[in-house]
Amino acid sequence: MATPSHLDRLEAESIHIFREVAAEFRRPVMMYSIGKDSSVLLHLLLKAFAPARPPIPLLHIDTGWKFREMIAFRDRRAAETGVELLRHTNPEGLREGVNPITHGAAVHTDIMKTQALKQALDKHGFDAAIGGARRDEEKSRAKERIFSFRTAQHRWDPKNQRPELWNLYNGRVHPGESVRVFPLSNWTELDIWLYIQREGIEVVPLYFAAERPVVERDGALIMVDDERLPLRPGEVPQRRRVRFRTLGCYPLTGAVESQADTLEAVIAEMVAARTSERQGRVIDHDPAASMEKKKQEGYF
Amino acid sequence: MARDAATDRAAAQPAADIATYLARHDRKDLLRFVTCGSVDDGKSTLIGRLLYDTQLIAEDQLAALDADSRRFGTQNGALDFALLVDGLAAEREQGITIDVAYRFLRTDRRKFIVADCPGHEQYTRNMATGASTAQLAVVLVDARKGLLTQTRRHSYIVALLGIRHVVLAVNKMDLVDYSQARFAEIVAAYRDLAALLGIAEVTAIPLSALLGDNLTARGEGTPWYDGPTLLEHLESVAIADSVREGPFRLPVQWVNRPDQNFRGFAGTLAQGRVRVGEEVVVLPSARRSRVARVLGPNGDVDSAVAGEAVTLTLNDEIDVSRGDVLAAASAPPEVADQFACHLLWLGEQPLLPGRPYWLKLGTRTVVATVTEIKHRVDVNTQEHLAAKRLALNEVGVCNLSLDQPVAFESYARCRELGGCILIDRQSHATVGAGFLDFALRRAQNIHWQHLDVDRQARALIKGQTPRCLWFTGLSGSGKSTIANQVERRLLASGYHTYLLDGDNVRHGLNRDLGFTAEDRVENIRRVAEVARLMVDAGLIVLVSFISPFRSERRLARDLFAPGEFVEVFVDTPLELCEQRDPKGLYRKARSGEIRNFTGIDSPYELPEAPELHLRTAEAAVDDLAGEVIAAATRAG
Repeated sequence: MATPSHLDRLEAESIHIFREVAAEFRRPVMMYSIGKDSSVLLHLLLKAFAPARPPIPLLHIDTGWKFREMIAFRDRRAAETGVELLRHTNPEGLREGVNPITHGAAVHTDIMKTQALKQALDKHGFDAAIGGARRDEEKSRAKERIFSFRTAQHRWDPKNQRPELWNLYNGRVHPGESVRVFPLSNWTELDIWLYIQREGIEVVPLYFAAERPVVERDGALIMVDDERLPLRPGEVPQRRRVRFRTLGCYPLTGAVESQADTLEAVIAEMVAARTSERQGRVIDHDPAASMEKKKQEGYF
Repeated sequence: MARDAATDRAAAQPAADIATYLARHDRKDLLRFVTCGSVDDGKSTLIGRLLYDTQLIAEDQLAALDADSRRFGTQNGALDFALLVDGLAAEREQGITIDVAYRFLRTDRRKFIVADCPGHEQYTRNMATGASTAQLAVVLVDARKGLLTQTRRHSYIVALLGIRHVVLAVNKMDLVDYSQARFAEIVAAYRDLAALLGIAEVTAIPLSALLGDNLTARGEGTPWYDGPTLLEHLESVAIADSVREGPFRLPVQWVNRPDQNFRGFAGTLAQGRVRVGEEVVVLPSARRSRVARVLGPNGDVDSAVAGEAVTLTLNDEIDVSRGDVLAAASAPPEVADQFACHLLWLGEQPLLPGRPYWLKLGTRTVVATVTEIKHRVDVNTQEHLAAKRLALNEVGVCNLSLDQPVAFESYARCRELGGCILIDRQSHATVGAGFLDFALRRAQNIHWQHLDVDRQARALIKGQTPRCLWFTGLSGSGKSTIANQVERRLLASGYHTYLLDGDNVRHGLNRDLGFTAEDRVENIRRVAEVARLMVDAGLIVLVSFISPFRSERRLARDLFAPGEFVEVFVDTPLELCEQRDPKGLYRKARSGEIRNFTGIDSPYELPEAPELHLRTAEAAVDDLAGEVIAAATRAG
């Protein structure tokens, strides 16, 4: 029998983490954001508990501004896998009509993502929330533990993290406190794509190049996914062959021009890329250390 | 020299070749290494430079680095590679590394996960976190300064964690004119240290991380050096996968039971290979069975090897739960509840012998106490020192006592079944890392020798001094509120307690008693006797009774040894109690519905010399409870 490959090892480590979460927490949940990392997480979740159904439900924080294809994909995958899917939208934000266009990326992200997430975690009393963040994504993520402790106010204290030795994870929390768990910590973006390819994991078609209506705005290609995106004077949606490297709220997610319409082509393009995947995210272009600050406030 | 990203780009065009590329990529193995050494030895620069030289820095990240270098950089505006790896705002401001950062490199031959560790002594626990998953350590030394205290401390931790391969990276060679003699001097000093610590393999490389000499390309300043560059060494060093050898061990993580027909035991193989049909033993119960099926991530397989996450089913219906270890029946691990171990203390509060902690070993969590600190090891000088406690970042050789037996291996043999963490039961923080050395028979552990089971033995096993805390005061004065909080906090700190509450006892043991003077005395006598038995059993007993008469309280006190009885006067003015009236009793007493009610038509005799006098109108419950806890937990 062959030696386990690099992907086999990553897979085993992630499965180990999922099982520790199920065993050590009273009420765990898995954040499902519909992107490629979430697709990999869901695949690993099913594997970790097969043949049983996973004892961990999914939670999607719906800002109301996701690409339509993402929502359709989410509902279909939940139905196919039979895993319980919970959804939450910040009711106050919804009532006040908070949106990324008039309120801007920062306000929208804070109210519809960070605050909404905290509301949902409190409402269900979740003591562990599994996320798909990877250490290769961003500087402050590179410092985070696999079991990352949060206070009852959902705050992360990056200067005082619990030591984490070997694969012995400390899941002890007091009522109200919680742990964010990152089973993909040691995966890179390339590993994610290689694993998607190896395992035949389905991802949202937006990752593949196709003709889509876009406008060029502040140096980014924004897709006109529905009629809610107001066009600026002189802007006319053009049909261009584009795809997305990451997925979020459509007015905040820049597309890249690409011919890559197969998984192999996407991987080839990624390997040759000279920019990082988060570049397409408008919210990350805030001042330095913004991710660290957002994470301290409870953002995933 | 391998510039993988560059060759990647070439190989990746056209997309048709991608299949070959992917196959090659997936077969690369992974090396996890840690960089450590003193502050300012250039660790972050070294990793930043490795990332840059292997061209894994994207254009937008490079632009950000350029901007950051101008703003925070220490290289007069030139690219400051250290800024690539210091992630936290506080770190960038202070120019130090607080916590470990994980970085990813890949070349044609290998993939790497690098743990970049902080150098400051106060962050040693973060360094240990980063080193615990590493197979190799790169120890940086500044060529001008030579071996420093931090070099010694980090090397000690590296050796303690059992990292077998060490690279001595003598950095900043450009600042000593690439002196071969200086290099040789440092290498000789380090080899002495490595021998002392038991580090078998040391590879020394002269470097300049800032200028890139001998990092990924040969340095022009060191023609006298004919060894590998750092990257060449990292790509080629042979890492033994020792856990794959030996009889199999599987700590059970999760019992998978979807329906009546399937009962599987899921976990990650800690050692060896497991095969279908193999005889297994469940520890610590020692029941036996045979492996019926091995399920890997893609379903049934014939066998699985250490590191794989599997689910096993057995031929027989035997009791197996999380925390048990499944092992090869032909060569099972030892089971014990007393150990000699090395302990690295990670907590802000010192380790106190006798105090119970949670101990997590594999997938089992038990309660553990350190019964004795044999000695402390000065991690800077490796001297053995006497110690009564261990402070943050100190290492001790200790005897450990668990509340139940566990299957284990020595850490030297198997990290997965010999490495454990200690968790504080009150704060839930991870406060210690333990390295099991060997099991102690009870007879070897002098603290447990020759003790008949008497009150001292019962108290010792609980790691506490038994006491009776007698709360007296008016109805509604707050006795139960304070006593409840005291008990909750004592329990969270690992003390064994019992709360006897007046109302509750009257529902059971004393339900035949009324409120006449004789019955009140009998009420107190029974409660005091029960409390005495419990103190004899080693408990801290909290009694919450109005107990209005001095003579009754005296009766109770006389049952105990001097110092065991702590009278706690919960002093709340009658008006306040009546105002609160939590049970509506004062109202009933005033209206004549209840007779003989203390404070209304029956006296409360003030305690003359209570051990504690709590004035509830003047202080918060939390503080008052704290006062009681201090008195309850005083040693002796």
